[in-house]
Amino acid sequence: MSDTAIVYQNSTPRRLRIDDRYIAPIFITCILLVGQYYYHILESYQNTVLAIITSISMELILGKMFTGKWPHWASAYISGISVGILVRSPFIWPFALCSAIAITSKYVIRYKGRHVWNPSNLGISALLFLAPAYVASLSIQFGNNIGPIVVIWCLGTAIIYRLRRFHITATYVASFVAFAFLRSLIVHDPFLSELSPLTGPVFQLFIFFMITDPKTTVHSKHGRMLVAFLIAFAENIFRLNGAVHAPYYALCIVGPAALVIDLTLSSKRKQAAVLEAN
Amino acid sequence: MQSRVPRVILTVFFVMLFAIPILLRKQTERKEHADKIASAYPDISLSRYGFHLKEVAHQSGIDFTHQAPELDSKLAPIMPEIASMGAAVSIVDYDKDGLPDIYVTNSAVGSKNCLYHNLGSGKFKDVAAEMGIADLNKPGDGVCMGAVWGDYDNDGYEDLLLYRWGRQELFHNDQGKVFTRVTDTSGLPKWVNANSAIWLDYDNDGKLDLLICGYYPDNIDLWHLKDTVMMPSSFEFAVNGGRKYLLHNLGNGKFEDVTQKMGLNSTRWTLAAVSADLRGTGYPDIFLSNDYGVSDVYLNDKGKVFHESGKSVLYWGIGTGPKSGMSASVGDIFNTGKYSIYVSNITEEGVLIQGNNLWVPKEGTSGDSIQYDNQASNLGVERGGWSFGAQFGDLNNDGSLDIFLTNGFISGDKVQNYWYDFAKVAVGNSAIIGDAKNWPAIGNRSHAGYQQKRLWLNDGAGKFTEVAQMAGVTDTHDGRSVAFADLSNSGALDVVVANQKGPLLLYKNIVKPENSWIEFSLEGTASNRSAIGAQVRLRWNGQEQLQEVSGGSGFCAQNDRRLHFGLGKNPQIKEVQIRWPSGKIQTITSPQPRIVLKIKEPI
Repeated sequence: MSDTAIVYQNSTPRRLRIDDRYIAPIFITCILLVGQYYYHILESYQNTVLAIITSISMELILGKMFTGKWPHWASAYISGISVGILVRSPFIWPFALCSAIAITSKYVIRYKGRHVWNPSNLGISALLFLAPAYVASLSIQFGNNIGPIVVIWCLGTAIIYRLRRFHITATYVASFVAFAFLRSLIVHDPFLSELSPLTGPVFQLFIFFMITDPKTTVHSKHGRMLVAFLIAFAENIFRLNGAVHAPYYALCIVGPAALVIDLTLSSKRKQAAVLEAN
Repeated sequence: MQSRVPRVILTVFFVMLFAIPILLRKQTERKEHADKIASAYPDISLSRYGFHLKEVAHQSGIDFTHQAPELDSKLAPIMPEIASMGAAVSIVDYDKDGLPDIYVTNSAVGSKNCLYHNLGSGKFKDVAAEMGIADLNKPGDGVCMGAVWGDYDNDGYEDLLLYRWGRQELFHNDQGKVFTRVTDTSGLPKWVNANSAIWLDYDNDGKLDLLICGYYPDNIDLWHLKDTVMMPSSFEFAVNGGRKYLLHNLGNGKFEDVTQKMGLNSTRWTLAAVSADLRGTGYPDIFLSNDYGVSDVYLNDKGKVFHESGKSVLYWGIGTGPKSGMSASVGDIFNTGKYSIYVSNITEEGVLIQGNNLWVPKEGTSGDSIQYDNQASNLGVERGGWSFGAQFGDLNNDGSLDIFLTNGFISGDKVQNYWYDFAKVAVGNSAIIGDAKNWPAIGNRSHAGYQQKRLWLNDGAGKFTEVAQMAGVTDTHDGRSVAFADLSNSGALDVVVANQKGPLLLYKNIVKPENSWIEFSLEGTASNRSAIGAQVRLRWNGQEQLQEVSGGSGFCAQNDRRLHFGLGKNPQIKEVQIRWPSGKIQTITSPQPRIVLKIKEPI
């Protein structure tokens, strides 16, 4: 999920201000704890703890090794906790493996100095695709009641708005609803059945944390909205082909492609600007 | 160049991470392939595992195919999903000839149930019609979901409780000659959409009581729906299912509803119930496996009231992780004199991996403070399929209880499946999933169909090995109910499997003769005559195994009431201790193995 590590200017008094790097970790931890307390969303604490420990350890080791500095732990923490929540497996090893793939990808698959895949999205997608016998995605619900969903949506919206990422979530949700309607016409299934995933917890985590990841989204606002639309479009194609894990796969394909194009165009623009300046 | 080396190493490491699941998959596929080949050679299974199962239903005179019910046309788009249960099997020696018989339910309106009388020569004959318990799927009555046997009036013959989505029926066994319907005077509830019922004597008064568990709420008539809002409100936290009925036997052929008084207030979607004395109190506790939610554990407070304790993480931990409970059975898997509880759930590669639960008592805990851990993963009995019935039994007579598990939900088109549509709705809000009209039509698609069964052999040291294919269990029907019985009194547990819209299978068990056994046929006097709830503690060769006569276990099933113990090679039986429901303790010293020991409760 999100590698949120961007610090935004705001007008909150300094002593009351929370470093924005901690907002997403705090929020997702609250979801985890409340979800676990009321709905027992985790198979076991051990699996989630292992995912987090693996993630942070890998980040610290690889960060120090390849950048010479100790990286901040917040990003890896979010990746680890996301793996711990979203991966379902009767085995313990997928939690460690998924976190390891997620963090290692940040240091291996890079383009113009940036990692291009959302780490946890890549890790989860890889395991869902390569190890379906051992791994599935979160299926448990937050009670199916409207209350918890409203709370998560309100809090998530407020946080994402503060982080200036709300336009991504809004575009994706609007696109999803439109494509759900389109799919219901194509496959002749009830519209509500197509809309149903949006009301589940996986999507709440997906739309607030995964697709808004600052490190793996394009730099312009309109570009980010376009990418959100394209993710929804790709997901729609996957859904029409009966892919259960459509959102993960859609982000896994569209996200990096969009970022590579964006970085390439930015690079060319910079080169052109330099040439023009000279 | 130097700085590139770590990056190359890291890249290789990264690629290796991706290779791990692929290699594991290959390894599993190789084992499955080898098992498939070996399944054609019974001798391999016999020499390696000490037993082999051979499907002999047709040769034995059993030709039964289950028919599913047809419900209200409003449910037509998802009819296979709703009308997906009803194949049930229970074992009874209804005529006391010393040979276990087989009763199997059908579920289409007009279809017939069968009572296969054991002729003793490996042959069976359907006598349900002449005994008056065949034609039990009449329009307006509902359709059969299962049957359990217990001698409610202590006349020495096992009576029949038939539970339906609809009206429940009680049949009195008239000395093994015919069954008389006594429902109208019995006080049974009028209409219950039941998928589970068990006999138990919860207050040890010597008269068998009944527990009937609703699945759909009672106010739903599946043939005359007012609307389509009849689905669970949640796939993990639903409490809008059917109520339970604990019916106290008054002793005059009547039963009194004591559910509320006794504290059984669950309205979860119960698919299986089992009762056993989990804490050694002398009174049977009740375990409910619930679909769309957590299990319920009701602790018996000396027959006066039940306390629901499953939700307490501190004491049980069972009632906190919601899954799709579909079976409940108890067994002393480590020969420690304590029961573990096996609950089947759903596992589908890449979609939904709930895993089955094996609740094992934590070491050092017992009595009221007993705690359970889910050890299914550690012991290797977690992954089944879309699992239904499961039973414990020592299939190779090595002295340790094994597990047989049925799998498979809907076998339709082999190419197209319903999983995607199921998954997209199942994660949604209650307003969406609770209404059947929001569910996409399934058509002829499969949904977790054509699944292999599981047979886990217990090595007694904490490891279970899956041997179903090797042992000869190769069918891929949509398994529902499984029951064990030594049908030929040969000391080997045979396996009977009822399949939804499929044939009744009889797996004849051929066991290596070196492994010994002993069986107990108990009859209560002060206790209920069926001896349901009686515990047998067998001590031999330095070990001890505890078993209990059950009034129903697994999914819509009942094993033979006789208790079967495998003993391994050269057993020296030290003693047998029987604790009758009345509280009497009876000890038998050094009985000979390889016999069916008939024991009457001492007066």
